[in-house]
Amino acid sequence: MHEYSLVDALVRRVEAEARSRQALAIHRLSVRIGELSGVDPELFRTAYETFREGTICAGVPLALTQVAASWSCPRCRRPIARGEALACPACKEPARLDDGGDALTLDGIEMEVP
Amino acid sequence: MCTTCGCGDTELVPVELHEKILAGNDRTARHNREHFVEAGVLALNLMGSPGGGKTAVLEATARAAAGKGWRLGAVSADLATDNDARRLEKAGIPSRAITTGQACHLDAELVHRSLHDFPWRETDVFFIENVGNLVCPAIYDLGQAANVVVLSVTEGEDKPLKYPVMFKAADLVLLTKCDLVPHLDVDLAKIHDALARVMPRPETIEVSARTGKGMDAWVAWVARLKARVAPGGARPTTPHTHARESSAPAVTLKLEVPESLRKGQAHPHDHDAAHGHTHGKGGHRHD
Repeated sequence: MHEYSLVDALVRRVEAEARSRQALAIHRLSVRIGELSGVDPELFRTAYETFREGTICAGVPLALTQVAASWSCPRCRRPIARGEALACPACKEPARLDDGGDALTLDGIEMEVP
Repeated sequence: MCTTCGCGDTELVPVELHEKILAGNDRTARHNREHFVEAGVLALNLMGSPGGGKTAVLEATARAAAGKGWRLGAVSADLATDNDARRLEKAGIPSRAITTGQACHLDAELVHRSLHDFPWRETDVFFIENVGNLVCPAIYDLGQAANVVVLSVTEGEDKPLKYPVMFKAADLVLLTKCDLVPHLDVDLAKIHDALARVMPRPETIEVSARTGKGMDAWVAWVARLKARVAPGGARPTTPHTHARESSAPAVTLKLEVPESLRKGQAHPHDHDAAHGHTHGKGGHRHD
């Protein structure tokens, strides 16, 4: 249940950003969650909806973008089939996780400023 | 303000951040890492299921590494009790318990605080025994040089496939309780196969803390990493000041983390900016 500590970090970050821009209100948060981020998107949403009460994020919708994990060969770019060993069948090179597969990022905040 | 006509209405602005949610934890982890590297301490984050054999491996490590002359140390985390830290003390490893209450994982701040009342600088190899859990600890960088995941042969051959995030984070997997293999219907080849499907660079050592099997190979692995941590031998790349300690002389740590030792981080980052940090409870000096 580390989702609660993650949401805590998220809300604090949003509060800091809102303060620095003297925001009057927050309208929307965008968060990106990769399949290998170690975070369950539904649990994250539930944690957010519980935790946002009493904060600047109260009632603020959360847009979640989920990114599937895929691996490929860093040398020949050949994609590794899902579930297969993480080495290139051609070059034997250890596979590399494609961008976003382990993302856990606050992409953006839509805020109302004076 | 609306800048189109100057009417004074508020404006909706999209603020693009693309910032890691764990950025704060990563900053503290970087801070811990800088201290470990500067002091020449090899810090290893030991993770695995509850009952997987983390503590037993450390006890056996104290025996197996006796000839190395290493000063070992450990912090050991559990939701409750300091039983593991006591076991480690008995085995000759100076230890402190970190009792996390309801928290299911260690984060960099908890580790940082635990360093305050532990003579970690007097160690050569410092183990951070994480909370027994195959999920949450995987995504928190603590400042370690490497992640070691303990997987016991009793846990099921497909465990790596069920918890890919943890095994993806591992620099080494210790297959523990191998003395039990003759008594189990377990096929070690299947475990190795599963690991290869979740780790791009699968590295495993089969050990038994009871019989001592494989412990030499494990100690040799630690020694290889240890050899890359040269006390005082680091070159200056990162001026590093502590903002809250203006009355104390400015502290500048000079270090360079070899790329190979940064593997423990989920996401490598640059050490190009001085950063301040705050301390949750009680001040401390860095000297």
